Amino acid sequence: MLSRVGDSTYWMGRYIERAENNARLLDVNVQMLLDFENRGGATERQFWRPILSTLEDTELFAELHGEFTASAVLDYVTFEARNPNSILSCINHARENARAVRDQISSEMWEKINATWLYFKDGSAERAFRANSHDFYEKVTEASQLFQGVTDATMTHGEAWRFIKAGKFIERADSTSRILDLKYHILLPSGEQVGGSVDTSQWLSLLRSCSGMEAYLKIRKGNVTSWGVAEFLICHSGFPRSIRFSVDRLDECLHEIAGTEAGHYASEPERLSGLLRSKLDYATVDGIFAVGLHEYLDGVQARLIELDIAFHRTYCAY
Amino acid sequence: MPLFADYDPGDFFDEMFAAPDEVRPHYRQLLERSQELTVEDFNRKRQIAEQSYLNQGITFTVYNDQHEGTERIFPFDLIPRIIPQSEWSHVESGLKQRLTALNAFLDDIYHDQRILKEGVIPEEIIRSAKHFRPEFIGFNVPKNIHIHVCGTDLIRDRDGRYLVLEDNARCPSGVSYVLESRMTMKRVFPQLFSRYGVRPVDRYAQDLLDVLEYIAPAGAGGDPTTVLLTPGIYNSAYFEHSFLARSMGIEIVTGADLVVQNDRVYMKTTMGLKPVHVIYRRIDDDFLDPTVFRSDSLLGVPGLVEAYRKGNVSLANAIGTGVADDKVVYYYVPAMIKFYLGEDPILPNVETFLSAVESERNHILANLENLVVKSANESGGYGMLIGPRATKEEIAHFRALIEADPRNFVAQPVISLSRSPSWCDGTAEGRHIDLRPFVLCGEEIRIIPGGLTRVALRKGSLVVNSSQGGGSKDTWVIDGEGEV
Repeated sequence: MLSRVGDSTYWMGRYIERAENNARLLDVNVQMLLDFENRGGATERQFWRPILSTLEDTELFAELHGEFTASAVLDYVTFEARNPNSILSCINHARENARAVRDQISSEMWEKINATWLYFKDGSAERAFRANSHDFYEKVTEASQLFQGVTDATMTHGEAWRFIKAGKFIERADSTSRILDLKYHILLPSGEQVGGSVDTSQWLSLLRSCSGMEAYLKIRKGNVTSWGVAEFLICHSGFPRSIRFSVDRLDECLHEIAGTEAGHYASEPERLSGLLRSKLDYATVDGIFAVGLHEYLDGVQARLIELDIAFHRTYCAY
Repeated sequence: MPLFADYDPGDFFDEMFAAPDEVRPHYRQLLERSQELTVEDFNRKRQIAEQSYLNQGITFTVYNDQHEGTERIFPFDLIPRIIPQSEWSHVESGLKQRLTALNAFLDDIYHDQRILKEGVIPEEIIRSAKHFRPEFIGFNVPKNIHIHVCGTDLIRDRDGRYLVLEDNARCPSGVSYVLESRMTMKRVFPQLFSRYGVRPVDRYAQDLLDVLEYIAPAGAGGDPTTVLLTPGIYNSAYFEHSFLARSMGIEIVTGADLVVQNDRVYMKTTMGLKPVHVIYRRIDDDFLDPTVFRSDSLLGVPGLVEAYRKGNVSLANAIGTGVADDKVVYYYVPAMIKFYLGEDPILPNVETFLSAVESERNHILANLENLVVKSANESGGYGMLIGPRATKEEIAHFRALIEADPRNFVAQPVISLSRSPSWCDGTAEGRHIDLRPFVLCGEEIRIIPGGLTRVALRKGSLVVNSSQGGGSKDTWVIDGEGEV
């Protein structure tokens, strides 16, 4: 496979996943806000600034908008063309990459991505958003899932497919860490206790945004705690949006691409993914909270960035 | 109301109607079937077709002054153009004859130049041709084939005679629309296909790949690696490049994906460098190799031409075929056919005057307001004067151009192009059309049945180019003459 094609398929996978995760992140924030408003007392700024902090997008936003209002942040992360990571930009990038590798992917995949792009381009997306933001974000999530399902069902599971998959899981590991980190940035209203009803409701929203509520409640028998949720979203080996699950798949995928066995490595990407994988495999929630949840997640994000650089150097720009 | 009830064939050669109430035999079944359809049915089918084009991303890119690209679908007209078997056989043999002569001509002018020595074509014309590459004189192209893919533009005059308008011997485009429009038509009008025996077109990609593998260098062994070289995703024909690569199952590469080491071409893959043997290039000569041709080209591959000269990589089409595209050289194609093959041309040229020849130049200058003047190396409807529609200033401008540089202009009478019923705002109206068949030359010459019919959708317009309001139609070559 051409290096350029490898690069494009990888980024196509990443951008689709990023669009979905941004939709999930915004949707959960809107939902949290609903709980919050009932109790009154917080400013919009307190609630919308964290989204940008977790996406590390505060500077550009300040330059373009300034005020952290709900509509400004939603618009910035959803439709702002000058924000390279807005959902709109992600869809544009994903389609551009798909167009560059149109000969490598199935017609079904291309048509799904193109249909999503047209949905944004002809204004339908914005209309749907104005009518009901929750339905709209759900539709974005579904578009991504449809694309991923079609990818698995119609594309040869060869090298290009593995590059898409690598992009998807590195992005998902990163996004889940950011969604979880969102809780760190949100301050509880004064008078609310850790473990109180607002706190619990926020953790539930986080789980819901990762489609993890039912799975979590089943495992924990309905006991919602910060430790429980963090452990679930970081360390669970079987939940498909947990960081560990994503890194496990990423590691497998990188080993398949390199043609090495698990536990061994021939190049830098598998070495780094193996390292991160074992770190997560043996992580305990006590250990995580001893480091500090936010600091721990920051560390995971830094490892993922190293991995991305090594991957690019090994396969695309050697 | 039937779709063709008010149709007026006008004072033109109409493909479908010999007279207002006299349908040609090969269109009879189409007419009958159309009577079962209402205007609403037809509009609905049209919407389905357009939506399908949009969803599939079958678009070309139009650039405005700010260089912002807008993707547009190529307007597609659902009323097919039908060509009966006997008519097609005539066209086909004419195209084979013409391409055989053009390849013989290129082989000759890059070797012995007999045609110049014997005075059939003045040496000066070739020497001054913009796309002639004297540095390739004496170079033997693989299997002696220069033009592997030719997109010859044909028109029909008032009597329905097929005439050659120009030979596109460099990188003709449009074949993807032929293949896609056929798929669309099959979805939209399945019943019609079963009534007519329409010759399939979907072998094209396999035929093209056969040609490309046929010219592979001997060193490639039995399994050559063939790639398609594109200028990139912002090129207006990128959809086609990607479509063809996909249909042939080969890699599509940009210049940056290729690298030359020790006069061999490699592509950069995730697993290291991999040798490349045949390049179907959709980039003009000038941009192929910045060390040989235009040094400002970012599209090409440094060292590619030397690898080609060493015979380590084959190119389709060969370098230097553009000399056959020159509109002055076009004038001599009938003479070439006579010279190399000893035959009369089966498909005549449009009557052409050369301003390089004094007597013809006088005729041109005296009749500018009645002629179409074309510059020798422009395409896409640019660099052209349509006398009867030009202003006094435009005519004066061309007069000055011709007098300053007589080598670079030809003139032709205005041809009344044939028309075909086309769907315009809810009714069928006559619109001018042309035909671009795609001719492949490898071990033998193969021609896609039919080709791209372009239609000038603007009322009265003679310009079929997609950049200027043109659209396309599916072209059906049928078995037999259409009688049941």
